[in-house]
Amino acid sequence: MQRVPVLLFLAWTCFLFFSAIGLFTSGFLLMRVELANRSSCSDPLAASLPGPRAPLGSCWLPRRFPKAVLVIIDALKFEFAQYDPSRREPRPYENKLGFLHQLASLQPLHARLFRFRADPPTTTMQRIKGITTGSLPTFIDAGSNFASYAIQEDNLVWQLAQNGKRVVFMGDDTWDGLFPQAFHRSYFFPSFNVKDLHTVDDGILQHLYETVDGGEWELLIAHFLGVDHCGHKHGPDHPEMAKKLSQMNDMLRSLVDHLANDTLLLVAGDHGMTGTGDHGGDSEEEVNAALFVYSKAQLFQSHPPQEPETVPQVNLVPTLALLLGVPVPYSNIGEVMAELFAAEGGAASSLLAQLEAYSINARQVDRFLHSYSRAAQDISVEKLRRLQDLFSAAVEEHQQLSAQPGAPALPHLEHLRGRFRRYLQEARAVCAESWARFHPARMLAGCALLTSSCVLCYVASRVASGLSFSYRRLLLYPVLWGVVGVALPSLAHLLGWAAADLVLLSSWGAAASQCGFFWHCWAKWPWRSHAASACSPSAGTSLRQRLRASGLDSFVVAEAQVAPFLLASLVLLLVLRLHWEGRLEGGSPPALRLLGLLGVVLACARLSALFRQCREETPCCRSSTLLAPLSSLQDPGAKNSCYLLCLAVLALLAWGVRRWLRHYGNLNSPSAPVLFVRWGFPLLAVCVGGYWAITSGAEEALVKLHAWVQLALVAFPQGIFGLVLVGLLLVLWDPVTVFVRDSREPAEAPIVSPSSQAELQHVIPQLYRRMQQSLKSRLDEAKSGGRATVAAYGLGSVYSAALLICLALLGFLFMTLHSERLSLAFLLLFLEAFALLWMHGFLAGPDGSHPPTPDPFVVPWYALIAWALAAAQFFYATGHQPVFPAIHWNAAFVGFQQGHETNLLPALLVGANTFASHILFAAGCPLLLLWPFVCEMPTASKGKKSKAEPPDREEQMMEMRLREAPEKFSAALLQLGLKYLLVLGVQILACVLAAIILRRHLMVWKVFAPKFLFEALGFMVSSLFLLLGIGLVMRVDCAVSLWFKQLILAQSR
Amino acid sequence: MNLHAQVQVEIEDRTKGTMKETEIKRLLSANVICIFSIIVATVIPSLFLENFSILGTHLTWLCICSASVGTVNIVLYFILKPNPSNRRTSLAHKVARFLRCCVYFFMSCILFHGIIVLYGAPLIESVLETFLFAVLLSTFTTLHCLCLLGPNIHMWLRVFSKNGAMSIWDSSLQITAMCSVVGAWLGAFPIPLDWDRPWQVWPISCSLGATFGYVAGLLIAPLWIYWNRKQLTYKSR
Ligand SMILES: [Zn+2]
Ligand SMILES: [Zn+2]
Repeated sequence: MQRVPVLLFLAWTCFLFFSAIGLFTSGFLLMRVELANRSSCSDPLAASLPGPRAPLGSCWLPRRFPKAVLVIIDALKFEFAQYDPSRREPRPYENKLGFLHQLASLQPLHARLFRFRADPPTTTMQRIKGITTGSLPTFIDAGSNFASYAIQEDNLVWQLAQNGKRVVFMGDDTWDGLFPQAFHRSYFFPSFNVKDLHTVDDGILQHLYETVDGGEWELLIAHFLGVDHCGHKHGPDHPEMAKKLSQMNDMLRSLVDHLANDTLLLVAGDHGMTGTGDHGGDSEEEVNAALFVYSKAQLFQSHPPQEPETVPQVNLVPTLALLLGVPVPYSNIGEVMAELFAAEGGAASSLLAQLEAYSINARQVDRFLHSYSRAAQDISVEKLRRLQDLFSAAVEEHQQLSAQPGAPALPHLEHLRGRFRRYLQEARAVCAESWARFHPARMLAGCALLTSSCVLCYVASRVASGLSFSYRRLLLYPVLWGVVGVALPSLAHLLGWAAADLVLLSSWGAAASQCGFFWHCWAKWPWRSHAASACSPSAGTSLRQRLRASGLDSFVVAEAQVAPFLLASLVLLLVLRLHWEGRLEGGSPPALRLLGLLGVVLACARLSALFRQCREETPCCRSSTLLAPLSSLQDPGAKNSCYLLCLAVLALLAWGVRRWLRHYGNLNSPSAPVLFVRWGFPLLAVCVGGYWAITSGAEEALVKLHAWVQLALVAFPQGIFGLVLVGLLLVLWDPVTVFVRDSREPAEAPIVSPSSQAELQHVIPQLYRRMQQSLKSRLDEAKSGGRATVAAYGLGSVYSAALLICLALLGFLFMTLHSERLSLAFLLLFLEAFALLWMHGFLAGPDGSHPPTPDPFVVPWYALIAWALAAAQFFYATGHQPVFPAIHWNAAFVGFQQGHETNLLPALLVGANTFASHILFAAGCPLLLLWPFVCEMPTASKGKKSKAEPPDREEQMMEMRLREAPEKFSAALLQLGLKYLLVLGVQILACVLAAIILRRHLMVWKVFAPKFLFEALGFMVSSLFLLLGIGLVMRVDCAVSLWFKQLILAQSR
Repeated sequence: MNLHAQVQVEIEDRTKGTMKETEIKRLLSANVICIFSIIVATVIPSLFLENFSILGTHLTWLCICSASVGTVNIVLYFILKPNPSNRRTSLAHKVARFLRCCVYFFMSCILFHGIIVLYGAPLIESVLETFLFAVLLSTFTTLHCLCLLGPNIHMWLRVFSKNGAMSIWDSSLQITAMCSVVGAWLGAFPIPLDWDRPWQVWPISCSLGATFGYVAGLLIAPLWIYWNRKQLTYKSR
């Protein structure tokens, strides 16, 4: 059996796909060029430099406030800050910030509430970047929230520090990563643990008033995280949120008491939150934050409008910079908030002062656009020219106006202000639009590479079953071609002829090696003979439907429903076709069993809808309550019964694997993995159960035992991780789960537990013919006439047993990472997978009840498509959605309550949580090949009632048929891997095509880009675990060969 | 002598051929009447009922359509007698048979309802809609079976297999039933689209799909049979 070449071939195919995906990603995910330029005090931007009356330390415009306090309350939604006294029964989050309302209504010229519109993506890091640089962070940063990167662009903090102002910071330690060493003084508190509501807030409150009174600062930033974390943990509609908001209210009240008269207070939310307390997208709820401005000195010249004004978030940057008398950061594209620049003494002087600020603002934006268009070509020239026209017209008018003696007319001034406004708004719109910039060439190339990889998969899977498949010709040579393909551009890169990066190089290599493959393939096989269509019509239509399904955004949104629908259709169609062809006798036991399996699959597909999470795009959808952790249940009775149900699932999983192994005789084996199944599985179940007991218990009830609870919260999951690891290693170390009984010495009791003696009566010994023959030939000489046979129990299912043990271990791991009640979803997953396997075994099985398929070594397309559909279905059915706010971040803290040192481990945990279904189905993919052989057993076993029958008759070969033909076995594994890769590849190809076609679609950032990222990651994870699964089968095969050798040696002795 | 036999065979063939053609004509006329009944069920009630429309009062339309197609089918069965049974049957036997037909029809409605729910239809909300849709599907499929084959499930199972059709009526049954189910299946696809059209509401697109499929099946069946009349050989039962 060729093991290494098969794995290498699959790995090479995976590499082809990966480089294609990488190439596409580099063209599709947006980037914005960051400019290194910084503004400085001496820039000649102001029409007139600050006059002699201006206070000291003013740049560009006389400062209005020497000091400012910026309080950021994370996820302060606009609704939280609104106050409506007429509300009869306020919800927990309503009417809690009464102090703001009190200030605004008592001192309307000193305080005002605004709607603060955040730009998507609404993750905290992107928003901090936005409200300090005045720019629009692009999508590519959205995924990097795990590790903050220092801001390279010009920003407020840097400007203040540069102009001799002291910035003091307290709160969220994201700022530490963004502004390393930038603060005069700082108090950072850990922000990553979203379950911790109080550490950051209490930390700030300890230092806040002291620092305010101390007065050694010009800008004080306090970033409170409690509200956001409360949203993530409990959702906005929870009594805990009321407590948190009331605490913020009290904090603001005392803060205002401590403020001096010349200090500006800004209270802002960095983003809002959805109904479930999450954020990250661009829905109205996430984008709407609150901004509150207050000063003890008079701020405004006019009374507030009825409906609070809407202010884009970037507008805070130029406003705050000019109010504090520092230069506006270079890359700012925000617009000053005019109300805050109105001067005393009538409308005309107000307008003049505002115009002054606008003019500086406009010059700064114009300067930025000039430098930006020099550094990058992504803003179209026409638009730049149009902006330039707007700008010069406005500036010219402004200059004429200031040259004019006497007071200008009011309408004239207002008209000019309108012009400046329009220019700034259009500039912002142009930037926002063009920073959705693509590399069409790379996207197309990536798409083409992906298509050709799919074709390659198909061709290779057709060719693989042929006996003339040569790895040297089809693997080695193409790889050499690929090496040449990499070498040429990298040489060019080194010599400086052309620029190349890693993605480009790998895709050159992939393209070259593909050419090599097709060349050699074409030369060797004029593959006319292979070109016959193999795809069964049903499978074809289903795949095409799936392809089409990802094309439309509504289908992406509704994929959670579409996948089970298609799966149900496919399965039903298979059964109907069987009936149509007359292979299903009505009323016969196999037919009834098949119908039962069909029912199980349909029921599982339907029930899995209970565990679905909602996207924000589907308004009337309500997320399943089963997704919430048990601790959120109020009713103790319901909680207990749910808990018991979850325990039952655990027990069922452990018992199911045992039952299966016992049925096939693997459980009697004295090997280490079986011992682990006997003792380790119950222990694992107990650990998971204990962990759930603690996490679901009410926190108040466990206050006394706090230390113990903390210990258990860490010890249980880590114990589970350890046990799972030990189990996997044991399977790898000794995967042969076979029990041998030598019929020559029946008196000798084998080394098994007493109960297994009875079990032995139920299991069928696998008398392996070749083994028998080889033994016979040696033993016949020793004992003439005596029938010496060795019965090996569980030999026929040795491959599947190892895979099943691994899958069950992974299942335990994933259940721990999910919230308690999702274990029911995992139960459905295993049930459905097994029902599919049995159906497939029935349809393709080599037993005699119906005409066998032409080649049992070929896994048909319908089975693989059903498998892939089930994987997609359970991605949704385990409470996931391909959008960022739906990621279960909590999984990172299972077993690591205190957070992490590195980013690798939490990424692995969250990844394992998100792609649990992909992993299980991909790793279990070889079962599709093995199962028909395993299924051989039940029908034939009926005939073998009496054990007295002579063993001459044909024995149960089961999986040993595969071993009989090692070449075909390896080819079958290769073909299986290639086919599954192709099915997955077609899915991602559909996704990529949709992203290309709809890249200017309104929904691209909301629907397609996240979908593409999830699909790409899912593909990578799936292909990796597919390789691992196939590798495990090969490891078992290796071990079985060794085992045979040892057995023969032992017998001949 | 030999010649004589040959001529006789030829004549037999020809009469068989003409018989087949008259059968096809009868089938065509029956199917046209069925289609006509659907059109009538859509048009006529708007004369009597206010605000009647397929989309607006979909449930009423479902009821009327099922009822009219069902009645027409039963009437046609009595007129055409496609499978005349030779056995002489007593009144009691007929009544029992009729009751069994009713039970079978009701059970098929329940079964369709279950399958539709398994395919993702809401379980508790809009039970009535789902059930009426199941009734419509049963009318298009099960009622035909009942009329043609009687309450005999083994016969039904036989007819829906590759070589199971024994007359052009059976072939027609195969085609119309398949077309109705496929139409209903295709009708599910527009539901998730965000076009906000009134016909995207459950179960309108599906029942319309089923109806169009049924009509298409009724039209296709005689044509298909006519087209393949040479290849079609039916064993007598
Ligand atoms: Zn935030
Ligand atoms: Zn958050």
